[in-house]
This record gives sequence, structure tokens and C-alpha cells, in this order.
Amino acid sequence: MGELATDKHVRYILSVEKKKDSFESVVMEHLRMNGAYWGLTALDIMGKLDTVDVNEVVSWIMSWGFGGNVGHDPHILYTLSAVQVLALFNKLDVVDVDKVTTYIVSLQNEDGSFSGDIWGEVDTRFSYIAICCVSILHRLDRINVEKAVKYIISCKNMDGGFGCTPGGESHAGQIFCCVGALAITGSLDLVDKDLLGWWLCERQVKSGGLNGRPEKLPDVCYSWWVLSSLIMIDRVHWISKEKLIKFILDCQDTEKGGISDRPDDAVDVFHTYFGVAGLSLLEYPGLKPIDPAYALPVDVVDRIFFSK
Amino acid sequence: MHGRPRKPLKEEDESVLSAKAEKLRLLQSQFLANHQNRIYSKEALDLSAKLLENNPECYTAWNYRKLAVQHNLSQSDSDSIPSLYDQELKLVENALRKNFKSYGAWHHRKWVLSKGHSSIDHEMRLLNGFQKADPRNFHAWNYRRFVTDLMKRSDEDELKYTEEVIGENFSNYSAWHNRSAILSNLLKRKAEGFSHKEKVLQEEYEHVRNAIFTDPDDQSGWFYHLWLIDQTVKNDAPLLVSSWPSHGSTITLNGNGNKCLHGLSLLNSTLSDTTTLPIILYFNQAVEGINSSTVAVKSEILKEDLVWKPLSANNSSTAQVWVVYLKLGDMELQLSKTYSIEITIGHSTGIVSSNGYHYGDPSRIAFELCVQIAHTQPVEGQYRKLTSWKDSDFQKINHFEESNSVASTDHHIPTTSNWCREAIDEEITNYQDLLLDCKIGKLTLARLLTALNLLSPQHDKRKNHTDEVLKLYTELMKLDPTHSLYYKDEHSLVLLQQITSSEESLLPHCHYYKDATETNTGYVCLRLQNLSLSRIGSIKNLLWVQMLDLSHNELRSIEGLEAMQLLSCLNLSHNKLGSFTALGPLRSLKSLRVLNISYNELGSHSIDTRRYLCSSPLAHTEVFAWDRFEILCSGYSATKFWEAFLIFESLNLTDLNITGNAVADENFTSFIVKVLPTLKYLNDGEL
Repeated sequence: MGELATDKHVRYILSVEKKKDSFESVVMEHLRMNGAYWGLTALDIMGKLDTVDVNEVVSWIMSWGFGGNVGHDPHILYTLSAVQVLALFNKLDVVDVDKVTTYIVSLQNEDGSFSGDIWGEVDTRFSYIAICCVSILHRLDRINVEKAVKYIISCKNMDGGFGCTPGGESHAGQIFCCVGALAITGSLDLVDKDLLGWWLCERQVKSGGLNGRPEKLPDVCYSWWVLSSLIMIDRVHWISKEKLIKFILDCQDTEKGGISDRPDDAVDVFHTYFGVAGLSLLEYPGLKPIDPAYALPVDVVDRIFFSK
Repeated sequence: MHGRPRKPLKEEDESVLSAKAEKLRLLQSQFLANHQNRIYSKEALDLSAKLLENNPECYTAWNYRKLAVQHNLSQSDSDSIPSLYDQELKLVENALRKNFKSYGAWHHRKWVLSKGHSSIDHEMRLLNGFQKADPRNFHAWNYRRFVTDLMKRSDEDELKYTEEVIGENFSNYSAWHNRSAILSNLLKRKAEGFSHKEKVLQEEYEHVRNAIFTDPDDQSGWFYHLWLIDQTVKNDAPLLVSSWPSHGSTITLNGNGNKCLHGLSLLNSTLSDTTTLPIILYFNQAVEGINSSTVAVKSEILKEDLVWKPLSANNSSTAQVWVVYLKLGDMELQLSKTYSIEITIGHSTGIVSSNGYHYGDPSRIAFELCVQIAHTQPVEGQYRKLTSWKDSDFQKINHFEESNSVASTDHHIPTTSNWCREAIDEEITNYQDLLLDCKIGKLTLARLLTALNLLSPQHDKRKNHTDEVLKLYTELMKLDPTHSLYYKDEHSLVLLQQITSSEESLLPHCHYYKDATETNTGYVCLRLQNLSLSRIGSIKNLLWVQMLDLSHNELRSIEGLEAMQLLSCLNLSHNKLGSFTALGPLRSLKSLRVLNISYNELGSHSIDTRRYLCSSPLAHTEVFAWDRFEILCSGYSATKFWEAFLIFESLNLTDLNITGNAVADENFTSFIVKVLPTLKYLNDGEL
């Protein structure tokens, strides 16, 4: 097992930003705002956010209209990423808080759920995003929290996990969203922590990696979804941290930088972020700690809530 | 990129890829231009279709298609409407062939269906094809639930479908999951053929047993089986399981003074002055609606309605434990008199569980409060002395005296029907024989035996099972080291259940605390030190405890301790508590005066696993007390000290030991003294 190749990962993330013409970049063009969040948060955790030109990022975000990129339609998925990136740079003061809040409030449905945009796709992912976003902006009181929580609980399954909509199968990504939303709204007492904890800890497979559902392959991104959920419900000691650290480190491209889903697969920014964030949750030395609910560095979250 | 090998591209591949990129980019920019200019011509539509067939994830293009349909609908005659929608369905199919996991494509199809287009046969045919190709695809399952709901396919038919799928290959967690959801529904509404829960569950046990026994390492059936056990043993209705004072007990108060009574204290109490007396109600699950109309407290000493408070870590209005404080000072109690207090619970509706079930059997607790003249005058400011936890300060107890008030368990064990026990018994027989050499076999057996303990009220029988369960968990720790701390936590819970199950089992752990200067006070300390506990439990049996030694264990959390409202001295030294937020339960302990948290891991961890289980501004359960923070600790940084402030600000400690923690440097020590003005001893030194 090697060590975390921090410098190479930093260089990789910075290089992706420049390779706008590659096939991957074009395919993912519509979600560039998510990409910015993944890349920049990973840089911050590795202590290298200062390699980025703040003004350039902020002015790009300010030219955006809630979409995944300039020209694309507004969607709640990208709204949160934009707010998170501005939080990283301590630039939340440039946000038109009322406008963003009004947009999110408009997406809450009668049953407490949230739609992703005006076209009405409902998913507990959007519940998390809405709650996280208005909380960062100190506007949680603008949405109906009680109904939002009730909807999330209606998506709870026999295994203690959560799905996209009522009846939907438990999935680690979805569990992160629901547990995260319940954490931010102080409702973790509604989670069956022992039951869910057992399901989550059984996601660790022989190689040390985590899968997202029973009998599936491990993938570095679940180092985030499963780990953060286990941490929020205080059951992370139920897995082997050492084995998971080894698995993530094995997924590094130690030559060119970046982290992939599984050893020897192609790297991307998404998995690089989740690998680094997972290592941060595992208290890997030299990384800034990340908050399991807001998915931002702890110092950023504490700055939002504990500075006057 | 999921599942794509990391290999350098050959030159020709690279040129192919770059040509592809160029083409896609052109498509995207042309599309965005059309979208912006609201062009919905055939050419524009073809272009968006081509884009989506190449990149189904481009969500804006799906939005554009919907706008185009809406636009073209307004322009066309009713005959051509179906073909407009057909075109969309076809496009979704093509896009799904490219990427089966495209959220946008699936939602587009739902949108078309919600307009009343397509038929159930058509959709089921399509789904069956897709689900054969990938039986675990959760998008397809979600879509299936959407279609069956929209087109009113019966639960019974869908239950049969899960049976078919599982029959083909039992290793299909998605199908087991769906089965549990449908079955819950059918059982809940007592559908025809599903009104006898026992019969249904019996069949399901057999069903899932086949799966687990075929391949014990395959997890598909594991969680379903645990769910069946839960369905068998659980009590939906909330019930009272324990209380303090317990039914039939007598609480003796020491009173001072001749004519006018002052300085009341609980007999053999660690506290010299008791101004309030808690009444604790402990339920089998979290409930809401505990108030003066659902819980009646009758006594001549009460002058006004009591206000019940939920004891929850996050200030929720729902809690498993509720407390009310009797204000003894206001009650004009008289010496040598006995007062009776009667509490009736659940005679009027209003107590509801979080699942919406109403309180089961109404229950009644009656106890007496008597005031006697104190034998000795309490020493002014008893806590001028340091509390020591040395072994030599404790004396073994040979038998309990009535005045020890070691209230053992209240036996509010609900009556269960025979079939539950029979079902669990049968499962035990099956698993005992067949699966004892594998992890899931041992774990399942441990759970079944624990379930049986819950169902059978006999103590001696329980003890035997407990030993077996403890042995199973010990074996599991070795067999499956990756999850060893999960088994250790379970082991701790079972061990505490065993220790606290009767007065007899508690006795070896109870000691008199021999005060260095006062020989005649003898209060009982529960010593659970050195038991290798990683977690605490069975608190419902320990509500009477005032002095508790949990030192030299491996505790990471003290979840549940908030129920021990009488606790005044607590030793948590030499454990693994990793953050101040882990001490959250202490905030509800109004009587706590002495706390030893030396030699833990406070300050050693960058990640706080209790951060969201403790009430705080982060979880929006309380507002940060800036005013108090600035009065008490001006000059200190809130971002650095908020956790410690949150915990200690609400406590009235006189004696705190925090040495042996990474956090306890000089700066922190000076901070803590400011937050705790009541403190007289810090780290064994007088302040």
C-alpha cells in the first residue's frame, strides 16, 4: 500500500479544468457546477485551495442561472454545488439569498418532498439538497421542515435504509441524502441506527472497499456515501478503517494522479473527490477533516454556524 | 467513469475519441441554441434526439423535449397526438439502451405516462425485458412501482412477480426488498389471504431459509430474515416498561429541622440537598403526547399540573423517556408523614408512537413518599471533599436492604401469543442444526435467542440463553474481524442485560461508597468497571442509580444515560470517548455534580461521530447562546470551543477530572474553569 499522492492529485484536478475539449468533459459539460464542487472541495481538503483563482470561479458562478452550466436549465442539483463552492471561498455574501431560497421553497411539494426542477421529478436526493442549501444560507425556517422530514421517513425500508421515493430500494447514496437531511434537521432519532448501521457496515467487502447495495461491486464513491452515513449515526467503528484506506489508496493513479472507482480503472474528478473525502473521514493524516452532513470541510461549516 | 479500464489510449483511439468529442460538442451547442430560441421544428427535434441518444444524461435536452411536445400539441390535431407521445417513448427506449441508469430518460417516460399515454401491457413488456437484462437496476424497479401504481396492478400480482424473480435466482436483494414492502402493505390492510400474520410469516421464514441455506454468504436474504424476526416479536403499541419510582416502592426523604422542614434529601443520597425529585417514565419506544391529560398524577401534595419533559438528545417532542420534577420545596411536606402518589398512564388517548400507534394497555404506578428526621446533619457543602474512585473506598454489599432502594425491573412485559414463541423456537432448531459454522448462522442464532429472551419472562431460562448468546458473539468477533466491533457492541448490550436482569445479578456490582470522613453515610455505587463494555444499555433497569462507575471499559458513547436522572457521581475514566458531543446525554442530568472523564480520547479525533447526535445549532435543535458565551468566555474562539461550551455550560459540576485527554491543555483548563463557575475541584486539585 502506498501513500496518498497528494501533489499528483492536485495536479490532476487542476489539469481536468484545462482539458475542456476531451470527450469526458464534453459528456459532462451539463454538470460542470458539480464538477467544480468536487474538484475544489478535494483541493481544499488537501490544503491546496489557494492554487485556484477565486475571482475567476466566483465570477463564473455569478454568470450562472441555477443550471449545471451556462445555457443549461435551472436545477436544484447545481444550486447546492454553487452555494457550496461559494462557502468554500467564504464568499457567501455574493449570493442573492432571497432569490436562491425562493427557488428552493418553490420546489417543495404538498407532501413535503422536493422536486428537482419545474418538471416535477421527485427524489429524496432533492430533499437533502434543498435542506442542506437553505441551511447553509441560514434560511431553514423558510421550508416546511416537519413535512420534509415526514416525507423522508416515509421512504424508510425494512433494512433501515432509504430509497428515492416511498417503496424504493435502499441505496447507500440515497441513505447519505436521507440521513444527512435528518442530521441537519436534528431528526436522527427517527433513524434505526443499529439496523441501518448493520446494513451499512455489511457494505464492506473482502477487498476492504465498500459497495452501495448488497451483492454489488465495491466502488470508491461509496467511501463517501456509506462512511458519512456511518459517521452521522456513530457506527463507523463497525467497519475496518485500515482495509478501506488500503482500498482507496489502491485506486490511485500514482503516475498521473486521480482516483478511480476500482483499482486499475480510469480516474475521474468525481472519484478523486470521493476518495480524498473518504480518507478525510477516515482521519488520514495531512487532510483537513470534512463534515459528514454538509459535505464541506469542518472549518467551513463551523465558520458558517459559529462565527458572529 | 465507472468500470472503464485505466490504460493509455492508442493514437488512433485518441483521434477517434477527439472526433467524437468534436461532434458531440457541436450537437450540444446547436441544441442549446435551439433551446434558447425555442425552435421546435422537425430538424431541431431530430437534433435533440440525436444528442440524447448519444448522451442521455444531458438533462436540459429532456426538458426541451417536453417543451417541444407541449408546443407541438397546441399546433396539431387530435389524431396526431398519440404519435407525438409515441415518438417520446421510442426516444426514451433508445436512450435507455445507451444508458440504463439515466435519471432524465426514466423521468421523461413517467412524464409521458402521466399524460395518460401508453398501456400497462406495453410498459410491462418493456420492463420485463429491461429487468431480465439487469434484475437489480433500481431505476427499473422504481419505474415498475410507478407503473403498477398508476395502472392499478394489484399488490397480489406484484408479490407473485417477486416470487417468480426470486425463484429464478434467489440472489436478488431488490426483489426481497420489494417483497417486504408489498407484504407490509398487505398485512397492514389485512387483505384477503393475509389476515393471519402468523401463517404469512411462517411461509416467509421457510422461503428465506431456502435462500440463506443455498448460499449462506449471499446477503440477499439476510436482512429479510431479520425483518421477519422483528415482525414476529415487536409490539407496535407503545408500552411502559419501567419507571422511577417503581410501582409499590417507598421513597424516603431525610428532613432537617424541628418545626420547619428544610434541607430535604433522598435517603442515602449522594446529594445533600434535594429540591426536586424526578419521576421517570420509560417506554418501549419513543412516544409523544405525554402531558397532564394522558398521564394523571394524583396526590394530596400536588397543587398544580405537572409539566412532562421528553428526554431526547435532540430536543425532539418525541422520546422514549419522559420526566417530571416534583418541586419538594414548594410542597410543605411534614416530618414523619407518608404521602401516596398514584400515576395512571394511557387512560385517555393521546400517547402515540412515531409510527402512529396508540398506547397499549393503560397502566398504573403507585408509590409512597415519606419524610423522616435525618440522623445526621448534612455537612455544609459536602462537595468540598474530593470524590475518590479507589477500590479501597468501596465496600462489598452482601445483601440489599430495603432502604437501598435498588429498584429492580418493573415487569411490564407484554403478553405475547404462543405462535410468536413457537415460530422463533422453530427457527432456532433450524439454524442450530445447519449453519453453526458460518457467520450468518451464528449471528442469526444469537438474534433468535435474544428474541426468545424477550418473549419468555422466566429469569432462569433467560440466563442460559444469555450465556449462549454471549458465546456466539465472542466467536463472531474472531470469525469476522472486519465487523468485530459490531459484535462487541452487541455483546456489551447482552452482558448488561444479564447483569441488570435481577437484584441477584446486580448485587456483585453494587458497593457501598465509604466516604473518607463520614463513616455513617453509605450510599450504593453501581460499579460496572473493567467489563470491556463498548456500549451501554439496559438503562431501564438502572433508573435508581446515583453513583456509577463505568471506568476502564471501551465506551465510545453514553447514549441512553440521560434517563438516569438521579445520577450525581459518574466515573467514565479510561474509556474511548472521542468528543465533547459524546457527553451530550449528561446535559439532561440535573443532579450531576462529580464527573471523571480522565483518560479518554477527547481532542484526539479530527472526525466527530457524535456531531449530529448531540443537540446543537448545526442540527438546528438549538440556538447558540452567544450572550452567555460572551459573558463567560469572552476572548475564546467559538469555532474552537463551541462543543465544550455546549456540554459544560448546562452542568453544575463541583468536581471534574479531565486529565489524560489530548484536549486538556492549559488554554482549555482556563476555559473550562470559566464555563463551570460551580467547580471546586479540577483534575484532583482544589481550585
